[in-house]
Amino acid sequence: MPLIRAFLAIIRRDLLLAFRRRAEMANPLFFFVLVVTLFPLAIGAQPNLLQAMAPGVIWVSALLATLLSLDSLFRSDFEDGSLEQMLLSPHALSVLVLGKIVAHWLVSGLPLLLVAPLLALFLGLPEQAMGTLWLTLILATPLLSLIGAIGVALTVGLRRGGMLLSLLVLPLYVPVLIFASGAVDRAAGGLPVGAQLNILLAMLLAALALAPLPTSIALKMSVN
Amino acid sequence: MSWIPAPVSRFFHRTSSPPHFYALADRFIPWLTAIFLLLLGAGLYGGLYLAPTDYQQGDSYRIIYIHVPAAWMSLFVYVMMAIMGGIALVWRMKLAEVMLISSAPIGAGFTFVALVTGSLWGKPMWGTWWVWDARLTSELILLFLYLGVISLYGAIEDKRSAARAVSILALVGVVNIPIIHYSVEWWNTLHQPATVSKLDKPSIHITMLVPLLLMAIAFKFYYLIAVLQAAKLELLKRETSSQWVKNMLEKQA
Amino acid sequence: MENVQHATLEVRDLSCFRDERLLFSALNFEVEAGQSLLLEGANGSGKTTLLRILCGLREADSGRIIWCGQPAEASNYYRDMAYVGHADGTKKELTVLENLKFALALGVPGKYQIDQALDKVKLAGFDDNPVHTLSAGQKRRLSLARLLITQNVLWILDEPFTSLDKQGIALIESLITDHISHGGMAVLTSHHDLRMADLNLKRIHLQACH
Repeated sequence: MPLIRAFLAIIRRDLLLAFRRRAEMANPLFFFVLVVTLFPLAIGAQPNLLQAMAPGVIWVSALLATLLSLDSLFRSDFEDGSLEQMLLSPHALSVLVLGKIVAHWLVSGLPLLLVAPLLALFLGLPEQAMGTLWLTLILATPLLSLIGAIGVALTVGLRRGGMLLSLLVLPLYVPVLIFASGAVDRAAGGLPVGAQLNILLAMLLAALALAPLPTSIALKMSVN
Repeated sequence: MSWIPAPVSRFFHRTSSPPHFYALADRFIPWLTAIFLLLLGAGLYGGLYLAPTDYQQGDSYRIIYIHVPAAWMSLFVYVMMAIMGGIALVWRMKLAEVMLISSAPIGAGFTFVALVTGSLWGKPMWGTWWVWDARLTSELILLFLYLGVISLYGAIEDKRSAARAVSILALVGVVNIPIIHYSVEWWNTLHQPATVSKLDKPSIHITMLVPLLLMAIAFKFYYLIAVLQAAKLELLKRETSSQWVKNMLEKQA
Repeated sequence: MENVQHATLEVRDLSCFRDERLLFSALNFEVEAGQSLLLEGANGSGKTTLLRILCGLREADSGRIIWCGQPAEASNYYRDMAYVGHADGTKKELTVLENLKFALALGVPGKYQIDQALDKVKLAGFDDNPVHTLSAGQKRRLSLARLLITQNVLWILDEPFTSLDKQGIALIESLITDHISHGGMAVLTSHHDLRMADLNLKRIHLQACH
């Protein structure tokens, strides 16, 4: 199917681009680790306090790291004219946009999973919460990319859209933050987390179905 | 859109033409103002004078006559904005864009008033100015959503594009508001199981309820007046170069 | 290619504002298969805007675009049209071949294979060069190679001759002539005067409104 071929071609190209610009792509990851490191320095290295704050700290940092990486989602495409060509493609724009978002998640969301054990170690998160932390990251980081894409599409045409992007996107991230850090918090206390994970899954599915359309409309507005 | 009957679409077309709307708004605003003042007077008299003192909270509860209508309006205006946004996106109606943009600062104002009065009310109730109570927190996030709409509109230079952007954002926001609301509610029960909120109980005495409803309707009229005034101004700004604005200015000069 | 022979582009009553300033209004023209249209006018007269409206990247404030007798949205217009704008639309970190393969995946395969197209735009042998190593003229030719490998009838070209030398210009002219003589059509802007004698060329002069 040509549509699926186009979808895969977008993912392949963006991954290739990320690989060629790998120095740049690692920055949000370093940022993630760095922000987490700042917390013990700011509030003191009390193991109990850090352990209690760990889910929140990790998730706020993940949110900020994603926010930082979002700018690269459409920026270079907008500047070099690739975005125009994508809009002119005969294929459904929403699907192409979804391809961009998937590639963005593979590059910026997935690596967060790899450093999560390190952070858990830093903050003394109980081992029993590790699995839940991973699950929330798997479910919720794509959600962050999907919601964020709408904000980026709205601001990509602006010269200094970065601050505005955070103002638009962070309020929309609130439910993700609440359920994801809430689940890790409960897991650390040995409580069941099925409900939170189900809600995150439901939100992910809804965002997969709903987010590409406003993103496409906003992109068309931005190149106008 | 072909599935809209022709007379209906013609009606909308005519009413939504800027000069027609401008004249219509001018004609309605004095009437709306009169009704608003009447309702406001009745509501305040009923709420501050007739309604009995609460046996638990004394007179401090009377702030609900501002707080509750403002909180209701903060949501109502956002939903209105989303509806206008939908109309603006589907039918490209300029007037809907103008109404959407004009609503945003008013809605933000209501949200701000709801937050401030909520915090003032919180002082005697909880002994502190701010509590991370579910309602106040949701209201705070709603304020951020409003501020996002206002800044996005300001940031995009081409105003037609800006209006489209804001329409999309308002629609995305309105889908998220219930999710945000329930997540905050859940978060609140998780972290603070024992907040006392008087509003949870619908068992409010009728002499307290009637002024509250009067105030709520008065606030709606206030919104209408404010949005029409703001929309008039926005229309003038957008259409400075068009003929009808020039004609009008000449007539007034 | 039957339907292609009769392809027509009609523009009816097109008007466009930018920042509340009228760029053009009541613009009417037609282009048929085998014809090309050159838009002329001073800077800021709306040439680029008109091209962007024609390819659907921008909305007109009023008017219609009719493709083969049908409204553009209801026809194959957006599949039959290809656009090369100011920006090249290529990724500078990717090689020539990677860029063209991607363009092919986004579109519908056309008349030429990738290596044939590279041959035609005189970029044969550059397959594996990253685009950022190419000169400005080579980049331009690469973005035009995209037109050859995908299926299209109408070429919309915004200043296709910028940063090209004499041979480059002659090359692009011959590509356009070739495309038109095979039942294609082109709408373009150019500061450089077209000297294609055998080209069925229409001209429209956009006058800046004040």
